[in-house]
Amino acid sequence: MAEGGRFFAGQEGSASQRHLLGLQGMHPTRIEPFLDLAESYVLLNRSRKTQRDLLRGRTLINLFFEDSTRTRTSFEIAGKRLGADVINMSVSTSSVNKGETLLDTASTLNAMRTDLLVVRHAQSGAPALLARKVDASVINAGDGTHEHPTQALLDALTIRRHYGRLQGLTVAICGDVAHSRVARSNIHLLTAMGSRVRVIGPPTLIPSEVEALGVEVFHDMETGLRDVDAVMMLRLQRERMSGGLVPSEREYFRFFGLDSARLALARPGALVMHPGPMNRGVEIDSAVADHATQSVIQEQVEMGVAVRMAVLDRLSRRANS
Amino acid sequence: MPGTRLLDPPLLIDNVRLLDPATGLDRPGRLLVARGMIEDLDLPSDAAPPEGAETFDGGGAVLCPGLVDMRASVGEPGHEYRETIASAAEAASFGGITTLAVLPNTTPAIDDPALVRLLRARGEETGRVTILPYGAITKGCRGEELAELGLLREAGAAAFTDGTRAVADTRLMRLALSYARGFGATVIQHPEDPSLARGGSATEGELATRLGLPGIPAAAEPILVARDLMLAKLTGGTLHLGHVSTAAALELIRRAKADGLSVTCDTAPPYFDLNETAIGDFRTFSKLSPPLRPEADRLAVCAALADGTIDAIGSDHMPRDADDKRLPFAQAAAGGVGLTTLLGVTMARVHDGTLTLLAAIDLLTTRPARILGLQAGRLARGLAADLCLFDPERSWRVQSGAMPGRAQNSPFDGRALDGRVLATWKAGRRVFG
Repeated sequence: MAEGGRFFAGQEGSASQRHLLGLQGMHPTRIEPFLDLAESYVLLNRSRKTQRDLLRGRTLINLFFEDSTRTRTSFEIAGKRLGADVINMSVSTSSVNKGETLLDTASTLNAMRTDLLVVRHAQSGAPALLARKVDASVINAGDGTHEHPTQALLDALTIRRHYGRLQGLTVAICGDVAHSRVARSNIHLLTAMGSRVRVIGPPTLIPSEVEALGVEVFHDMETGLRDVDAVMMLRLQRERMSGGLVPSEREYFRFFGLDSARLALARPGALVMHPGPMNRGVEIDSAVADHATQSVIQEQVEMGVAVRMAVLDRLSRRANS
Repeated sequence: MPGTRLLDPPLLIDNVRLLDPATGLDRPGRLLVARGMIEDLDLPSDAAPPEGAETFDGGGAVLCPGLVDMRASVGEPGHEYRETIASAAEAASFGGITTLAVLPNTTPAIDDPALVRLLRARGEETGRVTILPYGAITKGCRGEELAELGLLREAGAAAFTDGTRAVADTRLMRLALSYARGFGATVIQHPEDPSLARGGSATEGELATRLGLPGIPAAAEPILVARDLMLAKLTGGTLHLGHVSTAAALELIRRAKADGLSVTCDTAPPYFDLNETAIGDFRTFSKLSPPLRPEADRLAVCAALADGTIDAIGSDHMPRDADDKRLPFAQAAAGGVGLTTLLGVTMARVHDGTLTLLAAIDLLTTRPARILGLQAGRLARGLAADLCLFDPERSWRVQSGAMPGRAQNSPFDGRALDGRVLATWKAGRRVFG
């Protein structure tokens, strides 16, 4: 099964013309245009100009089956800055039959002639299932432990703006990699762009055979962080403790928390990143999270809006033609 | 039942290649059926058929015993919207199956003698297939206390199993093997450690990692197999392991057999014809239990079929309706239908040289019948004329939505198969073709 990835070659192929479901298998020549366009939106946003006519008359629905204030708000602002009509729908996940709700919702939204559908769902593959049933462009805003492509794009944009490149950089992704869609999308994107990716965490939080995705695995921060150009911390969900994957918060922070001493092992000036929301004192120390020069956590949020504008822009152009 | 066939005219199935794994018979010939039973296998080709006999021209195709499928689920009782015994029987006839052993974890579970009798009678009503209900090992298949194995056996339970659920408690499994032994009954296990499997929907590894699906380590299978082999040795009980799918478990079974343990096992077509990549892009029709494995395991299953470690091939038929499957992968129900494709997919291993034709049919007829102690799965004078006529080369394509049977969730949807059933007889009556 050395060719385990082959099944996905071209998975993004035709679907990607209309949807953004994941970054696995996406070629650099398709990733770069997103980043370049996002770059221009950063400048536009900073100049406080808007481009209210680009998506005028288009309907964007934020369909969130899982709570997320920041991602939903980011998509909402991105859509509004481009002039789309944005509607937020939070679907209760406690309804009796989630799956039926999913496809029923899909056909309802289809009948309403939605143009762009931003989907967040607790189940891996749910946006792909929706994409097969609707005419709208589907954008995966995080599905289970599968992918979160816009997060990876905004992370890449943040890094690229600091180093001017992604090629040849070393990025460490630390913490609960096993349950992280952010980690998976970042691994796909960064390895495609020629970065070296390390994942660091206790073996219970490292997914099986993750080396096959082209990363190096470390189980201690001291070795793993050495000479890296950027450190991405992942959020540790409290339920991991109850699931027995990690014995306690204090033990986790002792061995896998990012503090100043550990950060000092990285290359001087290395970027500190976190997709948020942070658990201060669990995976990251406040002094590091708020570091004046090295922490780019707020900048990630800013890049998020620009990247999502770029994604909406490009996908709606595809839908137009 | 043969009583109802006393007035049927004799039937001569002429111009066939007779195949009987029990005796190694493989030669051109003709087979005479009378009163629902096999009357003669050696009728000379120039001998006139008995007076009043009907003749069926087999066109040179293979005539073998009707298939004995030792692992299937039907929706009855409790989930008739998925499949009924009648609809399953129709699919079975299309697949050349004349004996169908069904799992007891229905609603209610088959843990009461009356339910065993009911299911047997429902099978007889179809006139197409013998339904052999397995009895539950534990009450309600809940894995807590033993069911009334003796009474179930007396009512005709073919063997004991909790179906798709493994008996997790080691002491309880010991008791089951031990107690069933007293009634000469086999205990069939779903070999998957339940605590390792909990919440999982794909085999742990690169693919599950890429798809972000909760994984089940392949070791969940050999871990339970190893335990149960030890218990079989401890109790002297007879153990059968259902739908075995991993190289490691098969190696344990191979060694146990060499040590003389009373153990048998079966596998199902998905495990020797598909690997885990079939779930790529979240294809829920390929979500099975146990989950599909990496290619190395598939090859090990093929090798174990070839060397005899695996004793039988069961369809592992698991009907699901559209709403069970049109869900995000981890939420979708596991299982695939298999009655119509059992022979065709097995023939793929004949065509690629893994099995001889005789060995393949042995795995589908004589050997499962022997495990269950049945007077079936052989061509012998005086046995019910349960027969399957098939063309090993005839091509067809599996098409979900267009197959007999209520449920259409085939993991082989779209697959081209060489080997097609032309006709099926149950106790001398043609039920398909």
